[in-house]
Amino acid sequence: MSDTHTTGPFIAAIDQGTTSSRCIVFDRDGRIVSVDQKEHEQIFPKPGWVEHDATEIWANVQQVVAGAIEKAGITSADVKAIGITNQRETTLLWDKHTGEPVHNAIVWQDTRTDALCRELGRNVGQDRFRRETGLPLASYFAGPKIRWLLDNVEGLRERAEAGDILFGTMDSWVIWNLTGGVNGGKHVTDVTNASRTMLMNLRTLQWEPKILSSMGIPAEVLPEIRSSAEVYGETTSGVLAGVPVASALGDQQAALFGQTCFASGEAKSTYGTGTFMLMNTGSEPVNSYNGLLTTVGYRIGNETPVYALEGSIAVTGSLVQWMRDQMGLINSAAEIETLASTVEDNGGAYFVPAFSGLFAPYWRSDARGVIAGLTRYVTKAHIARAVLEATAWQTREITDAMTKDSGVELTALKVDGGMTSNNLLMQTISDFLDAPVVRPMVAETTCLGAAYAAGLAVGFWSGTDELRANWRRAAEWTPRMDAATRDREYKSWLKAVERTMGWIEDEE
Amino acid sequence: MARTIQSLERAAAMLRLLAGGERRLGLSDIASSLDLAKGTAHGILRTLQQEGFVEQDATSGRYQLGAELLRLGNSYLDVHELRARALVWTDDLARSTGESAYLGVLHQQGVLIVHHVFRPDDSRQVLEVGAMQPLHSTALGKVLSAYDPVAHSEAVESAREAFTAQTLTDLEDFEAVLDLTRARGWAADVEETWEGVASVAAPIHDRRRMPVGAVGITGAVERVRRDGELRPEIVAAVRDCARAVSRDLGAQRF
Repeated sequence: MSDTHTTGPFIAAIDQGTTSSRCIVFDRDGRIVSVDQKEHEQIFPKPGWVEHDATEIWANVQQVVAGAIEKAGITSADVKAIGITNQRETTLLWDKHTGEPVHNAIVWQDTRTDALCRELGRNVGQDRFRRETGLPLASYFAGPKIRWLLDNVEGLRERAEAGDILFGTMDSWVIWNLTGGVNGGKHVTDVTNASRTMLMNLRTLQWEPKILSSMGIPAEVLPEIRSSAEVYGETTSGVLAGVPVASALGDQQAALFGQTCFASGEAKSTYGTGTFMLMNTGSEPVNSYNGLLTTVGYRIGNETPVYALEGSIAVTGSLVQWMRDQMGLINSAAEIETLASTVEDNGGAYFVPAFSGLFAPYWRSDARGVIAGLTRYVTKAHIARAVLEATAWQTREITDAMTKDSGVELTALKVDGGMTSNNLLMQTISDFLDAPVVRPMVAETTCLGAAYAAGLAVGFWSGTDELRANWRRAAEWTPRMDAATRDREYKSWLKAVERTMGWIEDEE
Repeated sequence: MARTIQSLERAAAMLRLLAGGERRLGLSDIASSLDLAKGTAHGILRTLQQEGFVEQDATSGRYQLGAELLRLGNSYLDVHELRARALVWTDDLARSTGESAYLGVLHQQGVLIVHHVFRPDDSRQVLEVGAMQPLHSTALGKVLSAYDPVAHSEAVESAREAFTAQTLTDLEDFEAVLDLTRARGWAADVEETWEGVASVAAPIHDRRRMPVGAVGITGAVERVRRDGELRPEIVAAVRDCARAVSRDLGAQRF
């Protein structure tokens, strides 16, 4: 959507995501000038295993950067900086001398480290490293994935201990390659990505030697931890040769940044296949006693780091897809709103999509999905409504947990992601939270966040105040539900949640 | 009985022939079973193929029913699908024009607002999704009336209430505006519905060139006009947006 009335200079953002790599060029107002995108292969070697070919990803990244620059009709001279955002936790080890990955990247969704995580918990359990890292021992995080690779790729541990192997999440891989690869590439990561490895101490923002030795990971493989917004190095080749690489942020943190949630208590929620909510908690990491994760929100150069609480909902957009593909009740995802709008309420039906257990704030792996409250009165339209309400109630549960942990009451929720086009869902979330729900004008908040951070690092934008001034409200939904109805409905939802628990009796 | 059109009867017979079970037929089979010259049969088949009612297998050259037939019975575009496709483009429209953007479809006797993007100036605004606007006086309504025959007949039969001194209520004047709209591809409303307010809109087409909705901006007349004329960059932005959404829906470039 290149526009004649947009003039340079520009910032380019690379989003190395789970299913595709994208490059978006932004102008000074934060408007999109051009986009290019390429999907990469999802490799499933065994049930529960998910891998990516990092060589393919690097080739795609180069291609989309060239594509976006060409579509914008600009040259490297017009681009002041490159920002990086990435799928988090996806783990890669590569040979420092050849630049060749030693194995496919192990993707965040991959569950091969389940047993290893239980073993690492020893007698303490999944909270063994929580105080230092803010994370429970779960298969998502990078540390146990590194350990798995060291244990399972022949000869790798020896090579790693000899200093021949580098570890990185996808930010590190992209930055190392952009800044020269085997010819002096910078081996760095940012605090947000490092906070998802389970190896970094949240308070010191350094690798934690105790955990490294518990997990059996040699410090030689680890990148240097840097801030999220500073110049790591210059691009050495390709269409953007000479342009500084100036930011890195995990995708959800980038969205928090793109939504300009710069003040403590501000939160964003990204509604896609799953949903991720992050709340800025200011300069202190807040321990969670309600099943949330503590993570680094961002750090701009030498400024004080900003922390966040994170809660995720496993099944949101994917529940709508399930209604379409498995149940055949709708033809397209957007039709869920059409169907749900044909009725006034849920007709007494509640749908708890605990397809693979309950996540935050319950963390019950023995739970499975239920549709509760069925009577002969209930139609498919009521079920469609219950599907949307499930996402809204789970949002409410996470905001409640955030309020309990942080002591900060949510004043408004900033939303982004594909499901924000669903008006009924957005209204329902506002009704259930009893708070306004606000959608910004640039839907691509993840790339925008990376661009903002990179632009700050090179002085393209003066500070967070200028970015805030760039933020535009595209839509706002305000609560319309009376308190009595909300309370009654919430109670019914919680009853339905209870009924999912204990369904799986033998965990092994 | 009134005169019938022979080629349409033959086309219908071909479709029935191809619908008889899961099968593909060659040109000579079709021609001989309908007692047609090969050239005649081929002409009809090629027309049906162009419309998507018949498809030709690339390797065997045989014919089968086309996917378009399935879509015929289920052809309306879900308005929420339309909104999802329009989201990015309408955000950009609001951003580039500095005015609020609206997406409207025909609903009963008026325009139903299915999507609304706030004016990007941080002022307090209320989401107008679900509101109805009149067909005969608004830019969205004129676009729908100009391109969609159902909307046209609704607007013609309605009372065409005068909301301001500017509202066109006379049928002849109204039809002239619709002709102009079709000729230039966009419509305007300068204080014809609300005093002090002007809007510009353009049509959205789906992949069969069917008009499925209208997209436009609305703002204070002194911002939308300059020196008594609608600002050309606003008109261009609205038309760009309509084309972009149409392309996303699969419409050919036009």
